[in-house]
Amino acid sequence: MSRSVTHASFTITRRWSAPPPRVFAAFADPAQKARWFGGGDAWEPVRHSFDFRVGGQEQESGRWKKTGVVSHFSCFYQDIVPPTSDTAGRIIYSYVMHLDARKISVSQACIELIPDGDGTKFILTEYGDYLDGYDDAGSREHGTNALMDALEKTLAD
Amino acid sequence: MNNEPAQHLDRTFAALSDPTRRAMVERLAQGPATVSELAAPLPMSLAGAMLHLKVLEESGLVTSRKVGRVRTCRLDPQRLSLAEQWVAGRRALWERRLDRLGAFLDASKPDGEA
Repeated sequence: MSRSVTHASFTITRRWSAPPPRVFAAFADPAQKARWFGGGDAWEPVRHSFDFRVGGQEQESGRWKKTGVVSHFSCFYQDIVPPTSDTAGRIIYSYVMHLDARKISVSQACIELIPDGDGTKFILTEYGDYLDGYDDAGSREHGTNALMDALEKTLAD
Repeated sequence: MNNEPAQHLDRTFAALSDPTRRAMVERLAQGPATVSELAAPLPMSLAGAMLHLKVLEESGLVTSRKVGRVRTCRLDPQRLSLAEQWVAGRRALWERRLDRLGAFLDASKPDGEA
């Protein structure tokens, strides 16, 4: 296998009418988080553990129904600051993703919950080290050379 | 992130601005799929799904190839850098999650909250 690391980051911003403490609870309370996290309908939960405190670990595994591939998410919470209705809070965690036995990325995510009127401005920023070309369970039947070209280009940037 | 032309990224993210297309990209991030497989979980006709697929193909996110009567789609490694593929997959997953979180927050709104 060719060894490589690609670095990437992205940011998503949303605004909700719910105040920051309610949005925070949707991340902090396991029953609430189970309502929206995970992989949606295309994904069947296999295993879940949840320890929401600084230094605590959360693990979630699930099987993608169409492919049978099992994805594993494992994170450590590095910083947790609950917001109030008028002061910002944040959740920062580092995490590793596996597809079946293969480690595909090591990442850090920062979620900021900022009071915005009566509601919440939500900012997610993720940074990832994306490992060994992410050969996602054999989807690249024809693209190995093209991917290597793309990889070299990315690494050159 | 890299030096891809901004216009290319604009098309990529415009294609990802729709929840149906995000569902398709999220599915394709797990591996190739036929048009029928992509359309099956969606609350729309095959023709409707194919219109969304057309937008994804025009953005360069997805390519498809027809063998016999079966058209198979995949995320396109030639048009997207690895970083873009990674970001597109993670971003699509998060956009869908946050759609669900927004719906959950609305549904669990206590009395008296604006």
